[in-house]
Amino acid sequence: MLELRNITVDVPNVREILRGIDLTVEKGKLVVLTGPNGGGKSTLAKVVAGIQPPTSGSIFFEGEDITHLSITERARRGIAFAFQQPVRFKGITVRDLISLASGEELDETRLCALLRDVGLCARDYIDREVDASLSGGEIKRIEIACALSRRAKLTIFDEPEAGIDLWSFQSLIGVFERLRGHMEGTIMIISHQERILAVADEIAVLNDGHITAFGPRETMLPDLLGGERCACCPGQDAGCIDKGGMGA
Amino acid sequence: MNKLTETLLSLISDYQPGGTFTGAYNIREDGGCAGRQSSENVTITPKLGKPGIDIFVSPKTRGETVYIPACVTHSGVDDLVYNDFIIGEGADVTIVAGCGVHTEGEEESRHNGIHHFHLGRGSRVLYLEKHVGIGEGSGARRINPVTRADLEEDAYMEMDTTQIGGVDATERLTEAVVGKGAKLIIREKLLTEGRQTAKTAFTVTLQGEDSRADIVSRSVAKGESKQSFCSVMTGESRCAGHSECDAIIMDSASVSAAPELMANHLDAALIHEAAIGKIAGEQLIKLMTLGLSEQEAETKIIEGFLK
Repeated sequence: MLELRNITVDVPNVREILRGIDLTVEKGKLVVLTGPNGGGKSTLAKVVAGIQPPTSGSIFFEGEDITHLSITERARRGIAFAFQQPVRFKGITVRDLISLASGEELDETRLCALLRDVGLCARDYIDREVDASLSGGEIKRIEIACALSRRAKLTIFDEPEAGIDLWSFQSLIGVFERLRGHMEGTIMIISHQERILAVADEIAVLNDGHITAFGPRETMLPDLLGGERCACCPGQDAGCIDKGGMGA
Repeated sequence: MNKLTETLLSLISDYQPGGTFTGAYNIREDGGCAGRQSSENVTITPKLGKPGIDIFVSPKTRGETVYIPACVTHSGVDDLVYNDFIIGEGADVTIVAGCGVHTEGEEESRHNGIHHFHLGRGSRVLYLEKHVGIGEGSGARRINPVTRADLEEDAYMEMDTTQIGGVDATERLTEAVVGKGAKLIIREKLLTEGRQTAKTAFTVTLQGEDSRADIVSRSVAKGESKQSFCSVMTGESRCAGHSECDAIIMDSASVSAAPELMANHLDAALIHEAAIGKIAGEQLIKLMTLGLSEQEAETKIIEGFLK
């Protein structure tokens, strides 16, 4: 349902560059995009949502070339995006934002269910403004609830675990598992979390602007976790300390 | 009361055309009186020697709403009015003022409303003031409100003042002296567009011990409009004061903010926050990822900001 063909991003103001990404995501799959910081994951997510135009390459969504469509047009075709760092608004309430996201006035029951899924009590939050008075964790959960409320064909979550406490994280994993179980849509999650990797159908590793590995969770996960241990263990690979900039 | 007055009233209050206000009210129309009624607890009397009325609210009056709207319905009117509000001890009332100006011709029309509030001990006032300008005439629509408030011990006043477009020029002066244990809250919302100008100035003196004030002005300046915000907050005793001016600037508008704080007492705690900036790009992008067009996103952001 989503196909990226030779996507490159190489522009001066973008820190993470992409060097020719080919990726196909099938309908109903939960794909986790992982890899080191600065590897290009967030840039790739923004390319799909239309926030970052690619330097070259094309993007197909349900068979349609959407490379030159605006953010709005892509959203209307069914792409939802949960920001890594949610945006704050003065005067716009949680209820306003979630209603805008879902495209309709939601009743209390539905609002409650959405907020409960991300570990918030609706009564305490629906009339609060999505402004600086919310903590990082609170606004992050509202961002996720917003994305969920869109019931989009493709939902992209950029590091949903960031700023979420352990208790809510449990509930969040449950949400992803349920989404996957019901096949409500296709999901792409950018994450480093083992627990999130564990619910993936497929895992893609993005490193230094390239997809360095892509495959089903069963084959990818053991390699990834093994690799992680190795990289964290000085002595097995003397080069890794220098790579981390800790030498001299 | 003419049709335009009815239209203006419905814009500045909850008036329904063809209806009437309940309780005490005074409707000012083109410098005259289009209706007046006192209630058991609220007495409205015309002033002697100058235009305007005195509004007396009896002590311990509870839950009444008093309507004091002023309307200018055609070009070439220069209206000046002095309204004094004397709020008795322990009263708790809502006052709906506000002004609508309509011009159909080339001549300008002007309304200068000078409101003076005396809040007795422990009284509470919610003061709602909405200003609108309508009409196809090229004559400028000017509204210059002056609000003075004296809050006695433990009094509480909340002033909610709104002007969303339509008024070509406005100068808004608000002065208050806050007594012991009293609290003043001001919420101002302004939107200017085209070549409109708005000047707003607050002078608040926190006179009594444990007096408090919280002033928040939010504004949006579009087109080639010009706004200036000025506030002077003085702490004369142990007190807490906060003022905030937050403006969104668009197109080729200009906004100036000049906040001033003055503490004349060691325990005066005064804070001012001021911010002027365009709509954040990330806010537009966020709403666009929800399916809104850039224009729709802009409208939503401004609506929320001025809500």
